Amino acid sequence: MPILEGKGMSKSFGGLAAVSNVDFHVEQGEILGLIGPNGAGKTTLFNLISAALVPKSGTIRFKGINITGLKPYKICRMGVARTFQAVKIFGHMPALDNVMLGSYFGMTPGLSSKDAVREATELLEFAGLSALKSTPAKDLTLANQKRLEVARALATKPELLLLDEMMAGLNPTEIAQAMELVTKIQDKGITIVMIEHVMKAIMKVCERIMVLHHGQKIAEGTPREIATSETVIKVYLGERARAGGS
Amino acid sequence: MRRAISNRAFILGFVVVLFILLASLPLLASQYAVILLTSVFMYIIITVSWTMFSGPTGYISLAPAAFFGVGVYTSALLGLSLPLPAVIGIGGLGSFCLALLVGALTLRLKGIYFVMFTFGLVELLLHFIIWWEVNITGTTGRMVPTVSNTTVYYLMLTVFTVLMFTTYFIRRSKYGLALQSIGEEEEAAAHTGINVTALKIITFAVSAFFMGAAGAIMATRWTYIDPRIAFNPLLSFMPVLMAIFGGMGQLYGPIIGAAIFTYLEEFLITRFPYHYMLIFGIIMVLAIVYLPDGVVGLLQKLWKRIPGRKHADT
Amino acid sequence: MTPIISPGSSSNIDSQKRGIVIAMVKILDVVIAGLLMGGIYALIAVGLSLQYGVARVLNIAHGEFIMLGAFITWWLYTHGINPLFSLAFSGPIIFIIGALLYRTLFTRLRTSAASPAAYEGTSMLACFALLFIIQNVAILIWGADIKGYSYLAFPVDFWGAKFAANRLVTLGFAIMLGLVFYLFLARARLGKAIRAAAQDPATAGLMGVNINQVLALCFGLGALMAGLGGSLISMSYKIQPTMGLEYTIIALIVIVLGGLGSIPGSFIGGFLLGLVGSIVTSIEPGLSLVAYYFIFMLMLLVKPTGILGK
Repeated sequence: MPILEGKGMSKSFGGLAAVSNVDFHVEQGEILGLIGPNGAGKTTLFNLISAALVPKSGTIRFKGINITGLKPYKICRMGVARTFQAVKIFGHMPALDNVMLGSYFGMTPGLSSKDAVREATELLEFAGLSALKSTPAKDLTLANQKRLEVARALATKPELLLLDEMMAGLNPTEIAQAMELVTKIQDKGITIVMIEHVMKAIMKVCERIMVLHHGQKIAEGTPREIATSETVIKVYLGERARAGGS
Repeated sequence: MRRAISNRAFILGFVVVLFILLASLPLLASQYAVILLTSVFMYIIITVSWTMFSGPTGYISLAPAAFFGVGVYTSALLGLSLPLPAVIGIGGLGSFCLALLVGALTLRLKGIYFVMFTFGLVELLLHFIIWWEVNITGTTGRMVPTVSNTTVYYLMLTVFTVLMFTTYFIRRSKYGLALQSIGEEEEAAAHTGINVTALKIITFAVSAFFMGAAGAIMATRWTYIDPRIAFNPLLSFMPVLMAIFGGMGQLYGPIIGAAIFTYLEEFLITRFPYHYMLIFGIIMVLAIVYLPDGVVGLLQKLWKRIPGRKHADT
Repeated sequence: MTPIISPGSSSNIDSQKRGIVIAMVKILDVVIAGLLMGGIYALIAVGLSLQYGVARVLNIAHGEFIMLGAFITWWLYTHGINPLFSLAFSGPIIFIIGALLYRTLFTRLRTSAASPAAYEGTSMLACFALLFIIQNVAILIWGADIKGYSYLAFPVDFWGAKFAANRLVTLGFAIMLGLVFYLFLARARLGKAIRAAAQDPATAGLMGVNINQVLALCFGLGALMAGLGGSLISMSYKIQPTMGLEYTIIALIVIVLGGLGSIPGSFIGGFLLGLVGSIVTSIEPGLSLVAYYFIFMLMLLVKPTGILGK
């Protein structure tokens, strides 16, 4: 049984269909990539899974349980965590407190403050942020803020982690470090779905990739299959041509 | 480490001494001081309660007057038939329930709805109770049994103390952190497992409880209550002014703001009954523009500017 | 048409006919009274919608601008100026006050705000302060007690239902102003600039729209509508410096009912709420605000985005 399964997912804004009848599944322990041109509906799909948005139609099952329509905090407590495209860290709090919130309110509520501090400190170390634990989150570099968001998500002890453009705005060194972090997370047994535009990262790290375009799934397969798929190439080349070859 | 411990011990000692002074005040000072300090407590209670919710979350409530008024009117309705502590409890509970209702309606939505709904609340209650008193019960004004100034003082001191404990422990707990996270990035907070709606509603209701309790006590000072006396929009303005002026970052910011303005109001209200509100309004605008972190924030900034102080916190 | 009463007749059919006609007159009475009040609500709500929807300022001091309009007209009346003429004064004066306030205070707040959400908060609080400032200035100038004057107070007959001429004139003006404004938004270049600024300030700025000017204009226009509304109100009702609060609350409820950000919605919502108020007042006077709040609560539960909101 796949750890996450979506059938017939649809969502519209006004008259525009952002996500159109998408079926998908995520296997336990894998890293699934979610790619597609801008506006393809990737973040919207994440929003539907994490319940930031309510789907117009479709059902989502997590570990076989129907989670459609549940509130975000419930889904988090069931074991699904996410990061955001525009980093949403709690700026005026120290990094440690950011992560502690995940420990306090995630899958193990009722944690004592001592345990929460301990867990959060360990996670900061895992994410490479130990030295910055007392720094207000808004004073961190973008790369570190993204790691902080990941650390906070991990603090809720998820089985499934949704990463939304974790590598956007990072330089090559930071990208390499981020890729390392992703593999470390997988080593812990956590399933990952990642939205990315940085192709080389996706191709290297993901075992399977799903491609969305105009809200519909147009391809799904291994990195090699996707890289050689005519449909996908047309979509991306087409987009690039329309955008003036940028 | 050692320095941190002695800092805390110092503050604790200070608070204990302050409490002893406050508790023994009626025995040491004049009646006027007791009455003045009771008013200070009233404003501190409303302001600190208001800050408890609206400070960290950023959901600006304009309803303190409504919750306070519910407490006052509870005294008016029940003061003659029940002992004062019961009246205070019921007044607080009534405000608590009203806040639960308001919160359930508005706090699932964007903050602007909350502001709009709470803004009109005091006027709504005023209209409703006037209609009720005119058409159903046929009364114009009610009497509340008088209580000695000292008793009122001690009651307010009690509510104040309970409030300070409550605020302090909320702030230091995971819920205080959660409230702050709601104010910073509510969506992310929800995705970190925080039941944001429930937390908002409950915190809002708890803050309303204290306002209601304070109202029930203060009603005994006014003895004659009619709906207009109980539901006074000014009592929504003052705590917001005091909190903004004092600064909402620290626990003592609202207290300082409340103390300053209570005394100022006392001082000005007899001399310039219409000018003083004008002055307060202007001060509030100036504070919003020039003192975004309040007086306490300003002092903290100046404190950091003192040479040698800059690295003292790391 | 007045019911025909045949002397001495007591037939059932006649009294039934009488009953129906009386009921219809009563309903007409209530409906028209509702529209009369609704016209005012629509006007002031459109003003507030402009300020919140475009300039993004939740002006909870809106009622104070209404009050100022009312008092300026009253004051001019006591100096011999026809209230309808006074609209030509009260409107521009209040427009200037509004635009100046925006240019100085709100622009400052907007540029120094940490985020749009922070700006919404601080600008609203600034309006809260303005509420008390303007109210008390008015009290200092004109005193705290109730004032009034009589203008076009004779009744006009509509099929047996009587309405004061001044209120009919008010309705006429409110509708006319609404139409003028609607045309302005739809056709005039400036109106289009406003709509652009409402939809996407950043892009509008890039396309050559002077955002600061347009937003100040919008805020001023919103204040203008409040001022005109107040002047019209003063023709039919008594006024006092504390009158503004209730109108602000009503305007807030109307823009929620009509849909935040929808100006046509506010216009329609105003009439709807006026109708509700009239119906409630005919059954149980004194409960109109309570009824409005019921509608408010209903909208929050069922459709917070309002009738025409996105």
